[in-house]
Amino acid sequence: MSSSNHGLGRRSVLAAGGLGASALGLAACGGSDDSSSGGSGGGASADFDERGPITFATGKDTTGVLKDFLDRWNKDHSDEKVTLVELPESADDQRSQFINNAQAKSDAYTVLGLDVVWTAEFAANQWVVELPKDKLPIDDMIPATVQTATYFDKLYAMPYATNGQLLFSRKDLLKDAGYDEPPATYDEMYEIIEKVTADDSGINGFGGQFAKYEGLTCQLTGVVKSAGGELFDKDGKPQADSDAAKLGLQTLRDGFDKKYIPKEALTYKEEESRQAFQDGKLVFLQNWPYVYDKFQADDGSSKVKDKVSVSLVPAVKGEGTSTVGGLNYAISAFAKNMGTALDFIAFMGAAEQQKAWFLQTGNPTAATAVYEDEDLKEKYPFLDTLKDSIDKGAVRPQVVKYGDVTQAIQEAAYGCLSGDTETDAALSDLQKQLTDLTEK
Amino acid sequence: MADPHSRRVTGGQGRMAYLLLLPTLVLLALVVGFPLVLSAWQSLTQSGGDIDPETGIIKQGDTFVGLDNYVEAFTGSGAGAGFWNAFWNTTLFTVVGVSIETVLGVSMALIMARAMRSTGIVRASILVPWAIPTVVSALMWQLIFDANGIFNRVIHYQVLWTTEGWQAKAAVLIADIWKTAPYIGLLTLAGLQTIDDQVYEAAKMDGADRWDTFWRITLPLVRPVLVVAVLFRLLDAMRMFDLPYVLLGRLESGQTLSMLASDAAGKTNYGLASAYSMILFAYICLVAFVFIRVLGADVIGEQNKPARRGGRRRGDGNDGADDGSGGSRRTARRLRTTAEGSMA
Amino acid sequence: MTSASGSASGGRTRSGGTQIRSRTGEVLSPKKIKGGRAGSIVIAIGMAFILVYCLLPFYWMAVSSLRLPSEGRSTELIPNPISLENYVAVFDPDNHFARALANSLVVAGGTTVLVLLLGTFGAYALARLDFAGKVLVMFMIVATSMFPVITLVVPLLKLFSGGFEWWPFNWINSYQAMLLPTMSFALPLAVWNLNAFFRQLPVELEQAAMVDGTTRFGAFWRIILPLAAPGVFTTAIITFIAAWNEFLIALTMVNQPAMQTANVAISKFTGSSQFDTPYGTKMAAGVIVTVPLIILVLVFQRRIIGGLAAGSVK
Repeated sequence: MSSSNHGLGRRSVLAAGGLGASALGLAACGGSDDSSSGGSGGGASADFDERGPITFATGKDTTGVLKDFLDRWNKDHSDEKVTLVELPESADDQRSQFINNAQAKSDAYTVLGLDVVWTAEFAANQWVVELPKDKLPIDDMIPATVQTATYFDKLYAMPYATNGQLLFSRKDLLKDAGYDEPPATYDEMYEIIEKVTADDSGINGFGGQFAKYEGLTCQLTGVVKSAGGELFDKDGKPQADSDAAKLGLQTLRDGFDKKYIPKEALTYKEEESRQAFQDGKLVFLQNWPYVYDKFQADDGSSKVKDKVSVSLVPAVKGEGTSTVGGLNYAISAFAKNMGTALDFIAFMGAAEQQKAWFLQTGNPTAATAVYEDEDLKEKYPFLDTLKDSIDKGAVRPQVVKYGDVTQAIQEAAYGCLSGDTETDAALSDLQKQLTDLTEK
Repeated sequence: MADPHSRRVTGGQGRMAYLLLLPTLVLLALVVGFPLVLSAWQSLTQSGGDIDPETGIIKQGDTFVGLDNYVEAFTGSGAGAGFWNAFWNTTLFTVVGVSIETVLGVSMALIMARAMRSTGIVRASILVPWAIPTVVSALMWQLIFDANGIFNRVIHYQVLWTTEGWQAKAAVLIADIWKTAPYIGLLTLAGLQTIDDQVYEAAKMDGADRWDTFWRITLPLVRPVLVVAVLFRLLDAMRMFDLPYVLLGRLESGQTLSMLASDAAGKTNYGLASAYSMILFAYICLVAFVFIRVLGADVIGEQNKPARRGGRRRGDGNDGADDGSGGSRRTARRLRTTAEGSMA
Repeated sequence: MTSASGSASGGRTRSGGTQIRSRTGEVLSPKKIKGGRAGSIVIAIGMAFILVYCLLPFYWMAVSSLRLPSEGRSTELIPNPISLENYVAVFDPDNHFARALANSLVVAGGTTVLVLLLGTFGAYALARLDFAGKVLVMFMIVATSMFPVITLVVPLLKLFSGGFEWWPFNWINSYQAMLLPTMSFALPLAVWNLNAFFRQLPVELEQAAMVDGTTRFGAFWRIILPLAAPGVFTTAIITFIAAWNEFLIALTMVNQPAMQTANVAISKFTGSSQFDTPYGTKMAAGVIVTVPLIILVLVFQRRIIGGLAAGSVK
């Protein structure tokens, strides 16, 4: 009779890909450019000579920048037109659309906009094809972003957008409390909060994304790395109950216990926490850089205009580490005209598009050069810090069963932060679950 | 099972009946029957094999695994908190939700049926909760139940609605009841409108008070329609998905069986997803079957007792009349007889 | 003219525009059991409660749609300033929202017409005809409403995209690919509902008509259907709204903007960033898809039901 975890254990879940020199069977998979990857089903070998009209499936862009890109491309490529297929706004819905179409082997989508955490799953299932590195501007991209697009040393996507979190501080309040610089560590931050909230009981301390969703995985991955650990080591083995992991999680738990982090932060996603900070209800906020424009809004919606300083996220010990987010472009294994698709994603990665996207949408792009760009530096004074955050960023586990893994991480972290379980118990339980998931 | 009682106007109706039902049955076979069979088969398979240790690629193809997926469904960690958490949530949302909806919906229908004026506006407004797409209304409730949202502002107390616990379940129930009570209200109202007013006249002449009239006349007469309305609400509530999904996301407190199926499908574990779907299907079948057996006799036309004249399927004569005194029971009988008389 | 249908003449329009006649042909007046003034007060309070119950959360949706997009989470009871920006954003040409509304109308309207047609046939057979296996058929029909839609979607996508050899059509991006699966959950509801409504009407009415020489169909069409009008109409509303609200099937079967329905279009609204749920535009879209629906229902309620009832008199 099956054991209770039979269904999960039947398939080896985790494949260590990407993280530096990949570990599992690394000898056998030297970075070859040929795309026949030996899978028995799904994507046959890709034909990058085939050309013609393609589609591009991604979430909607309300800024109109993407439309400009496509118009320009279509003007120059009248026989290889790209049609935009807009997907739902929700990332989960986008992913399930991709997967449903892959299951049906439909050629409706050619180029797919993939969240960085989907790479392993899409590659392992051969829903997307391996990409030739020499035909793409990979060397112009921040290495951390290329890593998110790599699986078993092979490139399956082209980095397009990236992201790193930053710490936003109320410099006016810090100044009143006698601090000139934003805190570099959690300890410092908690100390400042202690002081500021002693003077003003109407304000809360630190806010981040602690609701039970993907954002919580990002938070935990970041603090664990900052504490010197990793949820998965380089061999792909879970290390969730390491001392570093415990220190990282306990640091956040302390924040909740001592009310440096308000209880309502358990309901915070990006926007909830952004709103609380913007309404003047928080001293510190860890969030993605998009919030900065909102804080600086002129229309009266922001109570913190010109009162915000930006720095690296606080460190547990060592350096403050954010989790890398972003979007990569991949080519569906069931699509036609992959040659055009390859050219198109190279076009999207070109310097001109990379700069225009960042400048006009406020979403950081993957090309190294944009972080040296004067126009961008002028618009985003914290550009260097952001680059730093991305360079040092933690990459979420690159596993095929990411859905199971991230869920286990969220369960553990949420249980501990909401006070239902203690750090040690939460993490040893997590370790057990991750081991189950990765074991053969 | 043929209707034992004569509703027959002419003989030889079987062929005609099936002819009339054929389009319905063919359509349902195509869009539900076929996927269902496929799902049933899939629940016995496991898609995808092991990961190749050298390329990281999953071997494709389905393998037959017998009942493994079912074992996994009952014992596994299903979306975090496991099967039984979702089972009890589903049951709670269904039982509590549908009960309150029914009481509210019937009350609304009774009020609207009695009202003389401005029913147009009220009738329009009763459609509002039901007409707002669930995906939008779930977002609306997200705003309302925000930690710093209007609900907390009105009650002057910060309830963290979207954190684990009873409050999250309450939030789902409130949002669901709000949306669906009008549905029961609408159907009940339509049922009330097809009741002959002379029944009420008779009741009034008989000196029955309103409570009596409701329990002994109105409710039995409107019962077939109400039973169908509640039945379909049950089916819907047991499959509840988007509301807790949008409102609570991953919280255990809101996990339903449908969410387990979708979660497993989202993880491309289609065998397990199908197993969850089949289990849910069986559970709903069971509940629906019991419900129809107990309450739905008049709807499927089984209860006609040869002794009753007219062969009308309307409310079984004697239930609901037992709690009253002998006198009121007699009154009720008489009323019912009068009612039938007026319909003949 | 049959006695039954003859007796149906002279109905009086009641509050909601519905004409109701008693089964003996007398004109029905509004319910008489009112219990005097105390009763009217109770009713008035009840009506007020219904209004508040239904409209209070909707009010929140409406005011949320009238805020500046940057004030999406505000808890001001009245937006300040009142802004139509969200509505303008909904009809941004990129959203194809007007087209999406039209598509929703086609899908929901088509579903309603087909469901009512098939449902009436089926319900009539179940309510009025004697045949073997009736209970089984009824249970089979309702059982199709018991399967999670999520599980139906992938096989149907495969089917409609030509994934099975025995199915020769590629229906992706077509109305029928949305219509037929939507009917799968609307049809059982309609069959059962109509069955219940038909059963509420005494069979003697048709018998009388048929004795007079009317065909079975004629008796049904001219007598039962008009008398069951409130039920048929309510079933139509419920079917229409259920189809109008359908999301998952429409999302899966269509990938061209020109074919998407309003709900799918709404799901594609984005805020100013990927993390930003665009509450304002979604609430505005919610108002836009809800209000016309209500008006439509009100208009239909007066016209159609009136027409049906009048038609039965001829």
